[in-house]
Amino acid sequence: MLALILLFPLLGFLINGIWYAFFQARPGQHSASSTVTGAVASLAIFASFAASVFFFLQLHGMSPESRVIEQTLFSWIDVGALKLDFALRLDSLSTLFTLVITGVGTLIHIYSIGYMSHDAAPGKFFTYLNLFCFAMLILVLGASLPVMFLGWEGVGLCSYLLIGFWYTDIEKAKAGKKAFIVNRIGDFCFLLGTFMIFWHFGTLDFAALRPLVVSGHAAAAAAGAVNVTTITAICLLLFGGCCGKSAQIPLYVWLPDAMAGPTPVSALIHAATMVTSGIYLLARLNFMYSLSSTALSVIAIVGTATAFFSATIAITQTDIKKVLAYSTVSQLGYMFVACGVGAYTAGVFHVITHAFFKALLFLGAGSVIHGMHEEQNIVKMGGLRGKMPQTFAVFAVGWIAICGIPPFSGFFSKDEILGQAFSSPHGGPVFWLFGLITAIMTAFYMTRMFSLTFLGKPRFDEKTLGAHAAHGAAHSHDNHGGHADVEEDDHSAPAGVHESPLIMTAPLMVLAALSALGGLLGLPHASWLEGWLEPVIPALHEAAGAAEGGGLEWVLMGVSVVAAAAGIFFALGLYKDLNRANALAKRFAWLHKATENKWYIDEIYEAIFVRPIQVLSGLLWKDVDVAFIDRIVVGFGRVSEFTGQTVRVIQTGSIQFYALMLVMGVLAAVGYLLYGMV
Amino acid sequence: MAWFDTNLLSTLVFLPLLWAVIGLAVPAKASRFWAAAGALLTFGLSLLVYSRFQTDGAEFQLMESAEWLPSLGISYTLGIDGISLWLIMLTTFLMPIAIIGSFSAIEQRVKEYYFLLLSLETAMLGAFVSLDIFLFYVFWEAMLIPMYFMIGIWGGKERIYATMKFFLYTLVGSLLMLVAIFYLAYMHKQQFGSYSTLITDLYKLQLEGGTFWTAQSLIFLAFAAAFAVKVPLFPLHTWLPDAHVQAPTAGSVILAAILLKMGGYGFMRIAFPMLPMGVAYFQLAFMVLAAIAIVYGAWVAMVQPDIKKLVAYSSVSHMGYVVLGLFALDPISVSGSYYQMLNHGVSTGALFLLVGMIYERRHTREISAFGGITKVMPLFALVFMIVTLSSVALPGTNGFIGEFMILLGSWKANPGLTAIATTGVIFGAVYMLWMFQRVMFGPVTDHHNEELKDLNFRELAIMTPLIAAIFAMGIYPNFFFSKLNPSIDRMITRTMGKTGFKGLSGVARAATLPESHS
Repeated sequence: MLALILLFPLLGFLINGIWYAFFQARPGQHSASSTVTGAVASLAIFASFAASVFFFLQLHGMSPESRVIEQTLFSWIDVGALKLDFALRLDSLSTLFTLVITGVGTLIHIYSIGYMSHDAAPGKFFTYLNLFCFAMLILVLGASLPVMFLGWEGVGLCSYLLIGFWYTDIEKAKAGKKAFIVNRIGDFCFLLGTFMIFWHFGTLDFAALRPLVVSGHAAAAAAGAVNVTTITAICLLLFGGCCGKSAQIPLYVWLPDAMAGPTPVSALIHAATMVTSGIYLLARLNFMYSLSSTALSVIAIVGTATAFFSATIAITQTDIKKVLAYSTVSQLGYMFVACGVGAYTAGVFHVITHAFFKALLFLGAGSVIHGMHEEQNIVKMGGLRGKMPQTFAVFAVGWIAICGIPPFSGFFSKDEILGQAFSSPHGGPVFWLFGLITAIMTAFYMTRMFSLTFLGKPRFDEKTLGAHAAHGAAHSHDNHGGHADVEEDDHSAPAGVHESPLIMTAPLMVLAALSALGGLLGLPHASWLEGWLEPVIPALHEAAGAAEGGGLEWVLMGVSVVAAAAGIFFALGLYKDLNRANALAKRFAWLHKATENKWYIDEIYEAIFVRPIQVLSGLLWKDVDVAFIDRIVVGFGRVSEFTGQTVRVIQTGSIQFYALMLVMGVLAAVGYLLYGMV
Repeated sequence: MAWFDTNLLSTLVFLPLLWAVIGLAVPAKASRFWAAAGALLTFGLSLLVYSRFQTDGAEFQLMESAEWLPSLGISYTLGIDGISLWLIMLTTFLMPIAIIGSFSAIEQRVKEYYFLLLSLETAMLGAFVSLDIFLFYVFWEAMLIPMYFMIGIWGGKERIYATMKFFLYTLVGSLLMLVAIFYLAYMHKQQFGSYSTLITDLYKLQLEGGTFWTAQSLIFLAFAAAFAVKVPLFPLHTWLPDAHVQAPTAGSVILAAILLKMGGYGFMRIAFPMLPMGVAYFQLAFMVLAAIAIVYGAWVAMVQPDIKKLVAYSSVSHMGYVVLGLFALDPISVSGSYYQMLNHGVSTGALFLLVGMIYERRHTREISAFGGITKVMPLFALVFMIVTLSSVALPGTNGFIGEFMILLGSWKANPGLTAIATTGVIFGAVYMLWMFQRVMFGPVTDHHNEELKDLNFRELAIMTPLIAAIFAMGIYPNFFFSKLNPSIDRMITRTMGKTGFKGLSGVARAATLPESHS
């Protein structure tokens, strides 16, 4: 009865969706409050969480090798060689993801009740949010590539809808479209990979694929004829899909723009769940990737490059959400490094801890934005420690966790990745070194953001903030009018900064606890996670594990802690006085400008891909279709007097004439032809 | 009821025409309701046909046969298999929707309009049930006449130019097909001693093939000319954008949803099984054209300023998939192509209806005249979004099943072309979502758009079955395939099973393009 996990979000989606579409959406109809619609949606996703826990416990009770629960709903496509069931499968890997999706999902749903309370269309918001969870759960539960792809594109759709949630702002709508299209580029690769798998192995089902791949390779190895070209091609194509969904170079460009969506969306979709789909896919197909060292190297290099590159951009961003967005791209890069060196478990571990602390950071940022009346520029913040003590406290936990300070969760997962990058046979000191530098930059930019937001003195005028806020809110939510009334609704905080209500801070506290303690899942040498995932992800190279033992591991660990601490202290010192920071920026003005403008990647893509295709399309239309093909056809037409006559006839006449024509025409044609034959 | 039972298909085919003729006596004010009732009744009758069809029964079922011109071997023979079945259902399903969708759009010569629509239905159904190739030809030609008048009389400003192009293209194609038919009937006399135009008889012909100047290749080209114009396949597509833009809404719907399907149907029913070596000879050439059509159509669609023209070019792209899958000749791709024809009927039909609805409100189809419509017409936005997603082949909608199967199946025959074709997945999203964004999102910039009324009950009522079909076909396609598989398998066996077939997935051939004949 795995479908239960899916059923609840689907129900929530239908209830809120039908209610919204037919009773709230039209001009003149009133919107339901976020309390009611949010309660429906939160209950739905919580029920799904309960079901996920239930099935997790069931798996837990089984012996490790038999930890699989399957359900075939119906036969989806059965044509020729393609026998495709609509089947769901829960194993030790997917169960972790269902728990994270529904667990963190529930917290974010609850938080959204508060966050969206002033929005004009909370019903629509929660409809999309439940649909997202439904699609995301299909993605991880799908037993075959096409079923997974249903979820894969489904989450893309929800991402599109939610990024452009405030669609009257055309920039937000454009950001949504960009996300969809860039993801489609990845999906193009995903599809080609799927085709290759099908024609090479004859199945698209993960469980059926595994023995085919493994035994096929073993047989080839025995015969001394190992050829992994096909496997490499498949792996790289599917990785192309991951680059889209999980925002890696060269397809990461949509994710920063995706911050146009409401902040809970950034937390749920663009940090905790959807963007980790690529890691899930690699972990799911680890048996295949492990056969191709070429593919693994590519993944490790792309991951490293993405982690490093986006960290450089994060350093100079001033929008609190943009900092977090580039940080997410960077952290996803770490996860790919883990997979690329063959340490899939470490990648999954970082997925989980990152889900906790990044959701926390995003929601915390949302709380700040909420409290600051839609202000997102960290340069215009400062000193919020006293104004928003709860948000400050939980945010601090997230900050330390992502910086990688023990014993917070981020330390364990990041250190696992760095350690594996160093010692895995697929890794090497270079990956480790870049990972370490990225870790320093991470600590730096996160501290910079934390310091500018919460520490020091306020850099805004609290009295004007209210007035400015009404304007700002009206600007960003202009179609939804409601948000502009923020001050009238919220009498407890008439003007200026205020702490967020309990419904928003309570989920933050839970996430803070998880961020602090999540590392327990994967303690070095006592990793519960490693043992749990063993049936799906075989332990990585025993030999390597042995070599890594002893002093080296502790040295690496020590170095990364010192590095993180250095990054933190440097940033704390630098941003204590903004003038010093600005002076430094001025000294490296060109560098500062380049990273602030994201290395002009968007502009380069526009010039290389978008414009040429648009120009060429215009030429094809006007010069090929209209000027060339049509001219030939019309040329024929001009010659034919007969045609002109025929066309003129239809200008006149009555119904009788047409009817007669119709019948006569057929008869005449038939008669003429028959006459000709006999 | 015995007569009715044995003449079920004839009843189905001629009911709309009969209804149309009687409708001439109905007062003009009531004629639209009369027509809608007739179309609904025909749909009901098609459900009866559906229920009589047996998946594992004979190849052709509900057969009817009568002599027509025995000396020439021409007969009135009807019968259906799975390939006919779903196209018939598509026709009868869309006809009431197209008619009810025209209620408010057509105000002049109402009676004539519905007369033509219903007689068109007879012609289309006739083509799908004919098992005699000459009878097929008669219905094929008969389809043109009502469509020609519909565009010519109720069309837009450039309707004369559009009808001329439409006429020229289809006329050339049809005449070539007629010649081919004569030749086949003649060859039957040569080989079997008597003329025959019975399709099942013609399947048995043994014709020379393998190079360009052989019967199979040339006859195949003759048929392909007719069918490729209908599909329409690049570079024979330029009639389509004009015809669509000029046609009244129902005309566009029927044209896109059903008339284009005649091309695909013709390939499957006639050209492939009768001329396997002709298919093999041109397989690569057609796959190349199909891949070009997919990308070309998408790119040109992207830069269209007129919504209807954009949808028309999207048809070129979508029907390119159909041709690609058909010529790849794998059961998966061929079934996918067939499914794509149904999908395209539903989705593009729905798109044209939506464009018509917005046109009736604003009297323009320029994308730039809109913006922010979601705010004033939320239900329209919802329906439009679902149809758009179906058009971009989002999994869960019908579009995905078709495209996925076509591309998956075609990969085996030619991975390179399939990869090119698969880029259509990207560009399809580009032109549709860009258009959607410009029309539906952003602020309301034009004050004319501020007071637009959302969908009314009638409009919602005709869109609802289409939305239902989009999801039903996306979620449970096996419902359709189970009735289709045996017929597709037979068609492919006929085509590839014949001696001497050398296709891409069979024996590799060095020279495939027509220019390189020996």
